[in-house]
Amino acid sequence: MIKKIIILLFCLSFTSVAQAVLKIDITEGFEGALPIAVIPFQWTGAKKVANGDVSSIIVSDLARSGKFSPVAEKDLIARPQKLADVHYKTWRIAGMDHIVIGSVTAQADGSYKVQFRLIDILKARQVLGYSFSATNKTLRDVSHQISDYIFTHITGLPGAFATRIAYVTSVRSKAGTSSRLQVSDTDGYNPQTLLTSDQPIMSPAWSPDGSQLAYVSFEGRQAEIFTHNIRTGVRKSRSKFPGLNGSPAWSPDGKKLALTLSKDGNPDIYILTLANNKLQRVTNHWSIDTEAVWTVDGKSIIYTSSRSGKPQLYRQSVTGKAKPERLTFEGRYNASASVSADGKHVAYVHGEGNTYRIAVLDLATKSSRILTDGPLDESPGYAPNNSMILFASQEKHNAVLAAVSVDGRQKQRLAFSDGEVREPSWAAVRY
Amino acid sequence: MKKLLFISVLVLLISACGDRIKPDDETTTANNDTNAGEDAAGGATAGGIDDGAGSGATALEGGMLVSYEENAINDPNNVLSEKIVYFVFDSNAVGDDYVELVKHHGKYLSFNINASVRLEGHADERGTREYNVALAEQRAQSVKQLMMYEGATNDQISIISYGEEKPVAFGHDDESMSLNRRVEIVY
Repeated sequence: MIKKIIILLFCLSFTSVAQAVLKIDITEGFEGALPIAVIPFQWTGAKKVANGDVSSIIVSDLARSGKFSPVAEKDLIARPQKLADVHYKTWRIAGMDHIVIGSVTAQADGSYKVQFRLIDILKARQVLGYSFSATNKTLRDVSHQISDYIFTHITGLPGAFATRIAYVTSVRSKAGTSSRLQVSDTDGYNPQTLLTSDQPIMSPAWSPDGSQLAYVSFEGRQAEIFTHNIRTGVRKSRSKFPGLNGSPAWSPDGKKLALTLSKDGNPDIYILTLANNKLQRVTNHWSIDTEAVWTVDGKSIIYTSSRSGKPQLYRQSVTGKAKPERLTFEGRYNASASVSADGKHVAYVHGEGNTYRIAVLDLATKSSRILTDGPLDESPGYAPNNSMILFASQEKHNAVLAAVSVDGRQKQRLAFSDGEVREPSWAAVRY
Repeated sequence: MKKLLFISVLVLLISACGDRIKPDDETTTANNDTNAGEDAAGGATAGGIDDGAGSGATALEGGMLVSYEENAINDPNNVLSEKIVYFVFDSNAVGDDYVELVKHHGKYLSFNINASVRLEGHADERGTREYNVALAEQRAQSVKQLMMYEGATNDQISIISYGEEKPVAFGHDDESMSLNRRVEIVY
């Protein structure tokens, strides 16, 4: 019931948003989330900039991670501005583990100095403190970086708020369907379009250094794989063989792309070395082999194959000499793997009847667990810090992005205000 | 040779009309969408079959013309005017109801060596996107193989697979999904 209300509220607020940004809503969760109070930052010498309300951005990042339960601003029991003003006992009684205080000070040249301190209430002292220089344009980035510092210090996990996400949108009109490859901050702000096409765009994948996206575009009336530098906008055609050119996946060292080609008769997996365009065939089977991703050591790939009759996941050495090892056995449809950053788990799409849900396989125990409700969930991808799995989900009239914590307990929706949004990919690093 | 080309036969499309897995009235719009500009009218399903439920008898009476003349593909009364092959879920096999149709197109290509087709493979929204691109290419390959058995040559047939990226029906019901699992024969 509560979930329904939240979704309804969300829909109402969503229609009033004219700007084409992602809106994020936490629909389930908070169990075991850590309490934290982020005091509104003190602004000196300048008016608070709406798009750079530092403390609000931090609050929303921490809440979105599912690991924190930040106090709502109206419920704050005190608003200390300086370390000396913090009354530890009061916060301890209120059950708070950490508080964050900070300031934004306008400089003569129009830039800002942003400071924050993370205070551990039980230890009764500051445990982290940094000062940043920012411009109007970089205030949001700096805010996300502060979120990363706080997140990492408390959880021990790397933060992933300051990187970027990529996704594909499509808008249907009388003139036809327009597809866009978009890149935004991880909270959906600052969306920028890398490519617009009246033909499909598919499978965006970040290079490990976050500088480039590989993707499939049908703009030339055939499938073609490009790599696209997000800063310079320079792109290169990497694969344009007759037939399929699909599923690009960067090797962990960023030097190779695994791809699906059908130039030799049916869909098989190949590895393209970017420096010299050398192509190496990895699989050779009459069935469909596709959706390759790399294991973290770069020595193997995990891919979808229909060699048993229905799509299942397999792992195989990239030398192609060892026999492929089948990884999934439960159910008739298991596809589209994403490997966690620690290499221990694989998220994938598990289909049963007409329901497609996101599941996670533990590579050591070979046991798997279904995390989402479907009915048409797809394109799972781990956040770089392994805390969440981002995926695409179909609602009644729209395709939205959603995220689920790796334990399946926290769920969020990231909806787009204009058309369909799909195929999310989360960059490991902000380039 | 010429004679062959001008042999026209009336074919009784027995059962083919009623039994097809696929669908009726939405097909016309579908064609206009995907073929935007390219023989939009010619791509529409032929009259007798297109009239929908209960029209099987009419189609039987009228029958359809089979002719492999050069302009036969533009004749709405010719069997070749039907240019979409529909598939069952997660299958790339050309169903019994479509084998004859594909063979007719194959024969047409064999008699008209200057003609060529692009087979556009599609899938419904279920399952993963890249797997669906692969599956839809295999559907187009099955159609191509069958056309080649009838004498069409490799050079006459090109393939592009769009997977689930270019649906013609946008609902999430069985009807919409069956319309989307298709190979379009584009001359």
